Amino acid sequence: METSRRNLLKIGGICALGLGTLPVLDAVAKVDAPKFMGNSQALTAKRWAMAIDMKKCWEKGKPGCQDCILACHTVHNVPDIGTQKEEIKWLWAEKYENVFPGQESGMEPEAIREKPFMLLCNHCTNAPCTRVCPTKATFKRADGITMMDFHRCIGCRYCMAGCPYGARSFNFRDPRNYIKTELNTTFPTRERGVVEKCNFCEERLAVGKIPACVEACKCKALIFGDLEDSTSEIRKVLAEHFSIRRRPELGTQPGVYYII
Amino acid sequence: MLERALTGNTRYYKLLGVLLVFMGLGFAAWLTQLNRGLTITGLSRDVSWGIYIAQFTFLVGVAASAVMVVLPYYLHNVKAFGRITILGEFLAIASVTMCLLFIVVDLGKPMRLMNVLLYPTPNSILFWDMIVLNGYLLLNVLIGWNVLEAERKGTHYPKWVKPLIYISIPWAVSIHTVTAFLYAGLPARHYWLTAIMAARFLASAFCSGPALLILLSYLVKKYSKFDPGKEAVDKLANIMTYAMLISVFFVGLEFFTAFYSNIPGHMQALQYLVVGLEGHHNLVPFMWLFTILAVAGVALLLNPNTRKNEKMLLAAAACVFFSMYIEKGLGLIVAGFIPNPLEQVREYAPSIPEIMIALGVWATGFFVLTVLYKIAISVKEEVAN
Repeated sequence: METSRRNLLKIGGICALGLGTLPVLDAVAKVDAPKFMGNSQALTAKRWAMAIDMKKCWEKGKPGCQDCILACHTVHNVPDIGTQKEEIKWLWAEKYENVFPGQESGMEPEAIREKPFMLLCNHCTNAPCTRVCPTKATFKRADGITMMDFHRCIGCRYCMAGCPYGARSFNFRDPRNYIKTELNTTFPTRERGVVEKCNFCEERLAVGKIPACVEACKCKALIFGDLEDSTSEIRKVLAEHFSIRRRPELGTQPGVYYII
Repeated sequence: MLERALTGNTRYYKLLGVLLVFMGLGFAAWLTQLNRGLTITGLSRDVSWGIYIAQFTFLVGVAASAVMVVLPYYLHNVKAFGRITILGEFLAIASVTMCLLFIVVDLGKPMRLMNVLLYPTPNSILFWDMIVLNGYLLLNVLIGWNVLEAERKGTHYPKWVKPLIYISIPWAVSIHTVTAFLYAGLPARHYWLTAIMAARFLASAFCSGPALLILLSYLVKKYSKFDPGKEAVDKLANIMTYAMLISVFFVGLEFFTAFYSNIPGHMQALQYLVVGLEGHHNLVPFMWLFTILAVAGVALLLNPNTRKNEKMLLAAAACVFFSMYIEKGLGLIVAGFIPNPLEQVREYAPSIPEIMIALGVWATGFFVLTVLYKIAISVKEEVAN
């Protein structure tokens, strides 16, 4: 395309004007307000945590009850791969000796030795998984939730080596063909090759709902709340009952407490 | 200089051909893995790292071949190593190339690899490992190439190469230290949670690197007109002897601490390795093979008569190389995951496609090595004429 010197100067001038207005625009129109509105219904806390009253679960719950697991796995489209090797677990049950290794005396009441304990991500204050992640795909939120960005994860599985609780699962194959619950279209399904785990239902908290497992438990064995709020229910429950946490000697400061 | 890689005798082409076949098979297996996911491997949610990461860890050690000839030559003026620094550096290039490839094939989402650069995370040891490994690769490429080119022209290498050579020495220490820190900083893996991990990595690197270099020097002498020199090989043998003794000593230290303290968490992984745990003993035969090879290697190296005998030295180097391969390339990584954090024993065995991919990466490394050695040897032969 042929162009005259005059035209070139004109275009140059317009470009310079365009660039020049940007700081002006910023100076006049810049506001400190957030770029998007938060949901006013959202539940917020300084430190989300959970207490699990195992006694309530065993005494009041029906034998073999899976309500909390089912609710969690339905809400989050957790696949059922069907093999121990590639199992995806957000919320699951194990025996006392596996949940609290090194703390078993061998003389515990049979109920404690044989009954299921519920396991999930501990949302540790000093989470080793977020320390080792090379891309910040897993990170701590200000409210204590250990989050997982499925879209940034490179699948190096360093977090799985770092987690002292076996709370992380890797999608060895495409999980979408194995979602056996009704598909929840409001929560992302995962691709193969990324790590996933419990997220304390942050997507529900954001719209004012309590975690799905807490809601699903008919015997109210799961208590969820703000650990920093001295009037919260979880603080009340923990003040009334003796509770333990998994592997406290590692200094991870788990956010999940067990009342036995 | 590259054109020297394009001309060679039939044996050279045959070797490259064989390596290309393995590379092709490995690549095909990797495409399957990309397509179907890591489900085609033997990895599980309990043992989430396997032979890929184990080979990576071992090969970081082999890359120490360079520093073990460069340090004595440039800092202590050991003239005998002048002839073979290039062999050490080119072996380091091939080893680090394999390390990087093993990381890539291990990723669940290799297409997102650049996220490590897009979202740099200094609190992750993996981020630092990426930096030190790529840096070491670059250093050895720059140094090796420039020194060899100067040798071909009969001139001195450019001045700016000298500082790089000095930097490369502590840099070599950093690749072993940082790789050891990948494991030694994890709170729940008792077998890895040991302060001597980095020291163990350095010791085993300083014997497995020279061991492979001794074997390669022999092959170079046998199949080309370039002789790396008996004195250089003898000196490498001395280094390997000391490093091997220290390595075995360090492994012994781990056993003492675990079993005298009698803390279950510290003993379990070692028990799994040497006698089996709760009826699971996949790795037991390998660890006994390690013990036999290590003892044989030490015996051959400690006796001056066998150490100075070429055939015996080659056997000793092979013992050292394979014993360290088993200890670091198999035992260390897998046993770190056994038992799992819930104290359940879930074993691991690599699958056929996984082994094919690993072989493909090894073939790629040896392809790079063959080409680089061909160039170096051609230059050496020309200069000698």
